Amino acid sequence: MQNQLLAIVLLPLLAALFTGFAGSSLPRQWAHRVTILAVGISCLLSINIAVEQILDQAQPLNYNLYTWAQLGGLSLNVGFLIDDLTASMMAVVTFVSLMVHVYTIGYMKDDPGYQRFFAYISLFTFAMLTLVMSNNFLQLFFGWEAVGLVSYLLIGFWYKKPTAIFANLKAFLVNRVGDFGFLLGIAGVYFVFDTLDYAEVFSQIEQGYKDLEIPVSDGLIWSATTFICIGLFIGAMGKSAQVPLHVWLPDSMEGPTPISALIHAATMVTAGVFMVARMSPLFEQSEVALNFILIIGGTTALFMGFLGVIQNDIKRVIAYSTLSQLGYMVVALGASAYSIAIFHLLTHAFFKALLFLGAGSVIIAMHHEQDMRKMGNLKKYMPITYATMLIGSLALIGTPLFSGFYSKDAIIEAVHFSSLAASGYAYACVLIGVFFTALYSFRLFFMVFHTKERMDEHTKSHLKESPAVVWVPLVALAIPSIIAGYFLAPSIVSGEYFDDAIKVASNHDTIAPIVEHYQHPFSLALSSISHLPLWLAIAGVATAFLFVVVKPELNERLRKALGPIVHVLENNYYFDKLYINYFSAGGIGLGKRFWQWIDVAIIDGVMVNGTAKLVTGISVKTRKIQTGYLYHYVFVMVFGLLLLLGWLYWRVLNG
Amino acid sequence: MADSVNYSIISSEIFLLIALCVIMLVDLFQRDKERKLTFMLTQGSLLTLFIMGVQDLGVQETIGFSGHWIQDQFAVVLKLAIYLTAFISLLYARPFIRERNLMRGEYYLLTLFSILGMMIMVSANSLLVVYLGLELLSLSLYALVALQRDSNDASEAAVKYFVMGGLASGFLLYGISLVYGMTGSILIDEVANYIAVSGANLMIQFGLVFIVVGISFKFGAAPFHMWLPDIYHGSPSSITAYISSVPKIAAFGMAFRVLESSFGGADIHWTPMIMIVAMLSVIVGNIVALIQTNLKRMLSYSAIAHIGYFLLGLSIGTDEAYAASMFYIIVYALMTLAGFGIIIFMSSDKNDYQQISDLRGMGRYHPWYALMFTIIMISMAGIPPLIGFWPKLEIFRLLVINDHVLAAVVAIAFSVVGLVYYLKVVKEMYFTEATDSPNVSNSRSLKIAISVNCLLLVIFGLMPDRIYYYCLSAFTSLN
Amino acid sequence: MLENYLPILVFIAIGLGFGAFLELAGYLAAPRKENFDKTLPFECGFDAFEDARNKFDVRFYLVAILFIIFDLEVAFLFPWAVVFQELSWFAIGAMGVFLGLLVVGFIYEWKKGALEWE
Repeated sequence: MQNQLLAIVLLPLLAALFTGFAGSSLPRQWAHRVTILAVGISCLLSINIAVEQILDQAQPLNYNLYTWAQLGGLSLNVGFLIDDLTASMMAVVTFVSLMVHVYTIGYMKDDPGYQRFFAYISLFTFAMLTLVMSNNFLQLFFGWEAVGLVSYLLIGFWYKKPTAIFANLKAFLVNRVGDFGFLLGIAGVYFVFDTLDYAEVFSQIEQGYKDLEIPVSDGLIWSATTFICIGLFIGAMGKSAQVPLHVWLPDSMEGPTPISALIHAATMVTAGVFMVARMSPLFEQSEVALNFILIIGGTTALFMGFLGVIQNDIKRVIAYSTLSQLGYMVVALGASAYSIAIFHLLTHAFFKALLFLGAGSVIIAMHHEQDMRKMGNLKKYMPITYATMLIGSLALIGTPLFSGFYSKDAIIEAVHFSSLAASGYAYACVLIGVFFTALYSFRLFFMVFHTKERMDEHTKSHLKESPAVVWVPLVALAIPSIIAGYFLAPSIVSGEYFDDAIKVASNHDTIAPIVEHYQHPFSLALSSISHLPLWLAIAGVATAFLFVVVKPELNERLRKALGPIVHVLENNYYFDKLYINYFSAGGIGLGKRFWQWIDVAIIDGVMVNGTAKLVTGISVKTRKIQTGYLYHYVFVMVFGLLLLLGWLYWRVLNG
Repeated sequence: MADSVNYSIISSEIFLLIALCVIMLVDLFQRDKERKLTFMLTQGSLLTLFIMGVQDLGVQETIGFSGHWIQDQFAVVLKLAIYLTAFISLLYARPFIRERNLMRGEYYLLTLFSILGMMIMVSANSLLVVYLGLELLSLSLYALVALQRDSNDASEAAVKYFVMGGLASGFLLYGISLVYGMTGSILIDEVANYIAVSGANLMIQFGLVFIVVGISFKFGAAPFHMWLPDIYHGSPSSITAYISSVPKIAAFGMAFRVLESSFGGADIHWTPMIMIVAMLSVIVGNIVALIQTNLKRMLSYSAIAHIGYFLLGLSIGTDEAYAASMFYIIVYALMTLAGFGIIIFMSSDKNDYQQISDLRGMGRYHPWYALMFTIIMISMAGIPPLIGFWPKLEIFRLLVINDHVLAAVVAIAFSVVGLVYYLKVVKEMYFTEATDSPNVSNSRSLKIAISVNCLLLVIFGLMPDRIYYYCLSAFTSLN
Repeated sequence: MLENYLPILVFIAIGLGFGAFLELAGYLAAPRKENFDKTLPFECGFDAFEDARNKFDVRFYLVAILFIIFDLEVAFLFPWAVVFQELSWFAIGAMGVFLGLLVVGFIYEWKKGALEWE
């Protein structure tokens, strides 16, 4: 077992190191053979472990492999915690990653950085696995940072492209903000629990622990746990791209799309959701934090959905759709429905990967044209892509019987039953979100595959279905997109699936009222006809149909009518402007001002000709004492002796 | 008290003395200018000592020779560290002294004599034996520094070292004599008993001041540090590497035996003094190091600062803190050796390497060694995951736990100051434009020695537990 | 215990006082008429022809140091020889080690040429 786990983690790392160091001296086919072999084995082993854990009900494993250092009472370990939650994540991570590897062969065929790219995505797999399999906060943080690093490398993969450099810098900076919160959270955990080990923290929570109370303002007292949870969640906000730290994700599409986009959208961003679910016993202790999560999640789910509607770049639509779906997952976390969040994460990984790869297939066929306004009627040329994209879209909008239906429906129900203060707001957000999800998904679908052909003649003459390495992963992903929800729903919702991996306080248990319905997934699907979400989705599709296919001219008119709103949306709610023009520019401006006032006036005037000069001055002075004359040295020594004797004298005098 | 004459507890010392006599005679009758045989025998005896030491690990505390000698885990661990660092320093020295007319048997003999002195210091159980070991060590070191007779700098350094060292020894001896006068014994155990029963009166406190001064001098802590930059600077670099690292380990042994074992019961009287000296060292060392342009001198001041951090650990006065100090001093010895190793490595021609600016272009022309030097510098600066970080962290942690928050804050602030001059070296290597390739040694053994030394810093940094475990074990066995 | 040293303190005080008194008396009572010859260092009636700090062959020191070592050896041997009969083989062994170490040192200095004047 231990060997299996080690192999799962280390094989991708070794493959990454091998291809990375061999570099371009390695023949191209060997670069992908080695990495795919490694990731493939690790995927098979992960599935094997998932089967043992989930189907055979094996005991959760928790052990330390290696103690890095022992400092006082704190031991820094490297170890694994394998339970149902981890096992599912491992299977998803390695599976998606394997698909990406295969797909890359076709997509990056002509790129000069072929070997480098394979090294990166293998390294990414390694980082993500360390994060997921960790049994302590330190290793979690290591994986967290490693994932961030590889993501930085991937976004800036085409390092000669200025937009890519801008995007990766942006991702890097925004994630640092999140990491700062995350690190504070971890520090808080150590401060309160005096350990960094998950199991010990959880058992302390179970047995009652000494929480600290910190007054925020008069009359408002937060517990230290609230600070820890919010800190950790800020980390999750950075990694899982929640408002207001979401700005990096759409830009990350600058990487070699849709592969890095997929890596980000289907794998990395789930790290935050996974982390919160992992920490469920901790988050259950703080209602303030849960409310905070609900608000952030609801806002992301709805407002990022709006943005999806106005985009014309095919990848950006999907990117915003991802943001919105992440909002759904986070809402589920806030409603204490951690298992549902992971459920949506699993199903979403399948159909979002499908959509991204489908988009990639379209982009290849269109000779790297990404503007949907220049596409149309592709169904004639690309039947497989068309069919699989349709499946993906249907799953995304929550069509009954498709996988997205069960997870999304459960989220909406769970929020509905939540008794937290912010649940009303979150419920409204996710409900309206359903309409917009359907709208942007099918707007994309209709614009790309139906309507008239708007591309130029040259592109048109080359249009054909993508090669097998591209469409096989599409088909492979389409199948779970349809059926995964149907089969998983009963056990996940009833709590059988995750056993003890996730803990929910009884007064937060929002899933209990709906467990009964989910035991019969088929009848649930039939009865959804009487529920609001389905009708909202249908309305969304109908609206898309109306505006895109039937009367495209309405589009312009609506755009004019809603001018100011569209303007706001087109500018991404001015987040970028806010950050770049105000925060950073303001920071720079403020810095300059401060520099003028404080630095030039006070520091240069007083302190350099204060601190810096003082330090140098003291240095120079002290150096002058170092005359080289023996008697000076002896004098200083005797002076030191007198100093200590004087101290003794003073002490005796003062008793 | 055990059997008075128990040779098994001084077997290492007896072995070394016999080995010394043999090496001395063998060297006399050798015509080889390279002194290869002397070198091999010296290193061989160090290896043998190391193996003997490893077998003594986990030894029971044994006191012998009428209570003047003690064999315990503390002594064994310190001796192992002494052998290891001395071994590395001799590896560094060989190519260096070959080109400087220093390749004489006396170089190795004096080194071995000083090691014998250090062994006596760490195993001593009476104040007189401590002093005996200290003098054997000091006299060997004076002679070592003076070995390069044709160099003005070295002769000057030797005379200064001798005079200042003599003065400090005098202080120490005076302090010991006062304590002897009051307690009527020079045995550490009996002094400790006296203090446990009657406490420390004014005369003993007075003596303690002198003892603290003597010990601080041996460490080179401010304000008793004046000798240190001149001597480190003036001595031949290979000898600087040796005297700046290995004897500090023994000095820690001495400090522990004298201060804690004897005056542990009166620690309220000496810990504040050590604290004062430590803070002064941290401040003076870091600030003066800032403006140095000469690497050797910069390292000397950085050594003062390091000793300051180390003494902070000593001033806390708990067993855990002693273990942390021990960890620090061993790590310090390894890092300092590596630091002066740079100087030896860069000056293997006739001309001595001195200026930081001479490192320009290392990053471009010798990337591997530039990397090694970078490792040394950031390890000294105390950045994780290198080894320099861990003991510093541990000492800061213990300071905070034991309510010396102010000291911890000041020490941390000055270690940030320290970053500046360490990173200045890195900056010179990588970011300053160089006109031509810097000169480096082409001796293979030196290349291996410095690489191994630096990789040790990295490897120990990744598993700091291994050393720290032994440091802790030295003190749990004491209890 | 310390009071036993009181007489010594008294002696020191008297000695210092007496010395200081004589110096002071000489300083106050004596006539002072300095000339060139009076300020010269006294050189057994001869004129001072050279600086007092002149060069001195370092080999004298070497011989002196070697002498001290063997002088000490003899100083150890005397008391040992006096009680030799009452001591066991242990004492023979101990003195053997001591002499053996000195012999090694002796061989060393001989071979190094410390005993040759030229």
